[in-house]
Amino acid sequence: MDVVIANGPLILRGLLVTVEVSVAVLLLGTLIGIMGGLALLYGTWPLRMIARLYVDAMRGIPQLVLIFAVFYGFPALGLQVSAILAGILALGVFCGAHVSEVIRGGVGSITHGQTDAAKAIGLTFAQRLRHVIFPQALGRILPAWVNTAVEVVKASSLVSLVSVVDLMMAIQQVVGRTREALLFYAVAALLYFTVNFTISSIGARLEKRYANT
Amino acid sequence: MYSFNWRPVFDNFDLLLKGLLLGIGIAVLALAIGSLLGLIAAFGRSSGPRPVRLLVAGYVEGVRNIPLLLLIYFAYFGLPLIGFRVLDNLWSFVFALAIYSGAYLTEVFRAGIEAVSKGHIEAGKAIGLNRWQRVRFVTIPLMFRIVFPSLGNTFVSLFKDTSLASAIAVPELTYGAIRINVNTWRVIEVYLVVGILYLATCYAIASGLRLLERRFAMVR
Repeated sequence: MDVVIANGPLILRGLLVTVEVSVAVLLLGTLIGIMGGLALLYGTWPLRMIARLYVDAMRGIPQLVLIFAVFYGFPALGLQVSAILAGILALGVFCGAHVSEVIRGGVGSITHGQTDAAKAIGLTFAQRLRHVIFPQALGRILPAWVNTAVEVVKASSLVSLVSVVDLMMAIQQVVGRTREALLFYAVAALLYFTVNFTISSIGARLEKRYANT
Repeated sequence: MYSFNWRPVFDNFDLLLKGLLLGIGIAVLALAIGSLLGLIAAFGRSSGPRPVRLLVAGYVEGVRNIPLLLLIYFAYFGLPLIGFRVLDNLWSFVFALAIYSGAYLTEVFRAGIEAVSKGHIEAGKAIGLNRWQRVRFVTIPLMFRIVFPSLGNTFVSLFKDTSLASAIAVPELTYGAIRINVNTWRVIEVYLVVGILYLATCYAIASGLRLLERRFAMVR
């Protein structure tokens, strides 16, 4: 127990970085995803094709390759990025592709009648989305979005491979120093599990609130 | 301005190709072991006694909520530290990926088992098959046809996950990219080629599976 307390601050700092990276990735990914999803649904055909290409490309390339490509590639092009920013950018773009599909699926599942009715009462495109389509689609988007959030927290561990001291890296350092592998890997598993379990629980509660059929 | 020079990448192309093949091999192996694990766990969860059901639930939920990288580190760095030194880097990765995929496949198979219609099971009973025979000749064959598309998706994501093996220096595709990058510093070229290789392979696997799906999968 003493070793855990002695290494607690390092591990907690790592956990904080993991949470920060995950939140940043989710924000970026959701922003990209909303635009991507809308482009897939309502874009003119060139826009739709670009969005489709982006989504499909991201789903066929491993996240780790994207992180390495940004981390090593940007400086080669003359753009300086810190390791953590490279991780956030790469994972955000990856997450954006998944959220695009989630939005497309959720919004696409709302029947045409709703759009027609909203048009009939004279709502503009933005108003239709804001007041009619999104509130109904939310119940379908949320479960998939929560899954994505869990995947993002797990994927955030990959930033440790470009030397960001997140939870995974902190644990590696502690294990390297103390040789207490079983103990500290269990601590890491417990912490990751707790974060993800919290996300899933909040998600389940929100789902109940926005549930509709 | 960045000036392209593709030679270093194509001179080392065999490194990338060998890495790609190794990645596919690892994914196949992990899928095979994971399927076995998932099949046993799925039956345990759907028809085992309560302690077994709880154990399986713990395995599935536990593994699905922790990063694969943690499992890999545990297998590669952790196991030797607690006195278990038989796996080299390649086999620790296969071990970790199999445990990881097993959790996902448990859920896939469980859904498949539940989707096998009561009518088929009853038909099995009616022609006098015992419990084991019903599982062997009715549930499992039907289940595999039902879950075939999900199994295919799992395989594609396992193949992408093999990129993590580079973290423990298994010479697969991403590790090849790191090696070429370190030796020649042709960053953009290497990652473009590697990205395209991953993309093309995933696309090829997915298309191939869709063809097979048309033949084997059961549309409900």
